[in-house]
Amino acid sequence: MPAVKHASDPILVAEGVQRHFGGVAAVDVELLEVPRGQITALIGPNGAGKTTLFNCLTGFDSANAGKWSFDGEPMQNVDRHRVARRGMVRTFQLTRVLGRLTVMENMLLGARQSGEKFSRSLFKPLWKADYDEATERAWGLLKRFKLDTKADDHAASLSGGQRKLLEMARALMTQPKLLMLDEPMAGVNPALVQSLLSHITDLRDEGLSILFVEHDMHVVKEISDWVVVMAEGRVVAEGESGPTLANPAVIDAYLGAHHDVDLRAIIREREAGRA
Amino acid sequence: MALLDALLAAGQQILSPVTAAFALAAIGLNIHFGYTGLINFGQAGFVAVGAYGFALSVVWLELPIWLAILIAFAAAAVFAILLGIPTLRLRGDYLAIVTIAAAEIIRYTVNSSLFDDVTGGAQGITNNESQGSDYSSWLNQFNPLGEGRIELGPWVFTGTALWWSIVTWVIVGIVTLLVWLLMRSPWGLTLRGVREDPDAMASLGKFDSGIKLQALILGGVIGAMAGILYVLPSAVSPIDYNSRMTFNLFTIVILGGAATILGPIVGSIVFWTVLVLSEAMITWLVDIGILANFADAPQLRFALVGLALALLIVFRPQGILGNKKEMSFARS
Ligand SMILES: Nc1ncnc2c1ncn2[C@@H]1O[C@H](COP(=O)(O)OP(=O)(O)OP(=O)(O)O)[C@@H](O)[C@H]1O
Ligand SMILES: [Mg+2]
Repeated sequence: MPAVKHASDPILVAEGVQRHFGGVAAVDVELLEVPRGQITALIGPNGAGKTTLFNCLTGFDSANAGKWSFDGEPMQNVDRHRVARRGMVRTFQLTRVLGRLTVMENMLLGARQSGEKFSRSLFKPLWKADYDEATERAWGLLKRFKLDTKADDHAASLSGGQRKLLEMARALMTQPKLLMLDEPMAGVNPALVQSLLSHITDLRDEGLSILFVEHDMHVVKEISDWVVVMAEGRVVAEGESGPTLANPAVIDAYLGAHHDVDLRAIIREREAGRA
Repeated sequence: MALLDALLAAGQQILSPVTAAFALAAIGLNIHFGYTGLINFGQAGFVAVGAYGFALSVVWLELPIWLAILIAFAAAAVFAILLGIPTLRLRGDYLAIVTIAAAEIIRYTVNSSLFDDVTGGAQGITNNESQGSDYSSWLNQFNPLGEGRIELGPWVFTGTALWWSIVTWVIVGIVTLLVWLLMRSPWGLTLRGVREDPDAMASLGKFDSGIKLQALILGGVIGAMAGILYVLPSAVSPIDYNSRMTFNLFTIVILGGAATILGPIVGSIVFWTVLVLSEAMITWLVDIGILANFADAPQLRFALVGLALALLIVFRPQGILGNKKEMSFARS
């Protein structure tokens, strides 16, 4: 009997989040908890509502209902740029690099610098220290993401996989508390995936919480501590990575030929369990 | 020699305060369009707000000059805020529509006979000490050149005219320096980031609409400054601030190279020299009988300028100083 499993000490808790497009409920999540300091995988078939949920939680889309809190503070009516400033930083499934800026400029925009204030911008001595610090941090990340040789190239000249890498590195420049990655490994070559995975686990070990959407089950198995399964807008299963991924219903949902049927069965079962 | 005269006139046009004023208005528009990607089709409105705000404060309210200048700047900032707040959250097209409409509203208002007593209606505001309506004699007090004839090589100026040229171009130089300082700063980088993708900027914690509003205000205030320079040596005439002024400013920005520091200056100089040359050429063609004489032959030069702009966009879309490589990444 699958019942809701609670994460201990969640950094993000969302309740009753709904988003409708016309008559379709793209998201209808009763409860989502993202554990602190762990890697959480958000999985589910195409169209399950994962990206829409990301958009609602980060203020890029407005939910029709629901409330959520991040680090104990309510976040549902917070402007999208303030969501990011509070430490909840997302990337996009369809990458959004700043094409006619260089890779380094993209990175620098991830940092918060005093020179970004109009009142301080005229005099370089007022912002140079911040700028140098950000540049140094950017170099470190670019090296880790194998983009350091590209630093002076326009971001528009990067390949699809390189754009994914740049977006992730740029998000890290903001020094987030919760990093929300929408399919970060899509289009990245296997050798680099391996090194990125170890990078992500390093980040977790340094205390960062990570929520990522991923279709590749090997990746999910390898690094996630917690798994949330979505289907048809709902959360249909969650829990420790191992047991959740071993759950036959979840496997069916992903790999089964009749996954639609199976998912409805899981949803009904959960609702019965709650009632 | 008609052709030599034309070349000399074109050369003299480079120094003209009008060329300087257009360069300055284009610097403002470049901040909007070139750096921040804001499509402001109403820069002529900001120029008009500056010209009228300044001239009316002096002539009608009889305020001191420094206060009149501040009022002109403040009026442009308010104009920018009024236009920006409802539109900057929306897609770029909305700002374009609202700015073009607002600029026309300003022009109709100052042009209307309803406010004749204040704005002078279609007559505008005269700038003539003997008629008791004057807002620029204060600057002539500082003229070290005198009023007499001054020869610079083949060019002849009055001392006053040369003084105006020096003042306006020095101001253009100072503003250019300030814009350079701003654009190399992290603040300047946020403008270009917003131009590329406001959503990506928001995901990094940047307040994209706020950045756009700052850019709109700054470029608008520089446009108002251009309006003051534009009317200082002459009078205020409402017909100048039509959409053609905005169109010409876009031509200048693109011609010089959008998102470059010196582009607006180079653009304005090239634009006005070409305009003077083509006018001389048309007159010459009429004189020697190749072109039939018709009443608005001089207007033909604007058609030529339009053609030149079209050719420019086809063959050198990055303009004179622009970066070709960057242009190849321009999104549709
Ligand atoms: N702007 C929109 N207008 C209408 N329907 C939308 C919109 N955005 C998403 N949807 C619908 O909402 C549902 C969920 O979409 P979403 O992009 O969240 O899925 P996803 O789980 O991210 O899928 P994928 O794994 O393919 O990225 C889909 O049925 C989609 O068609
Ligand atoms: Mg998606």
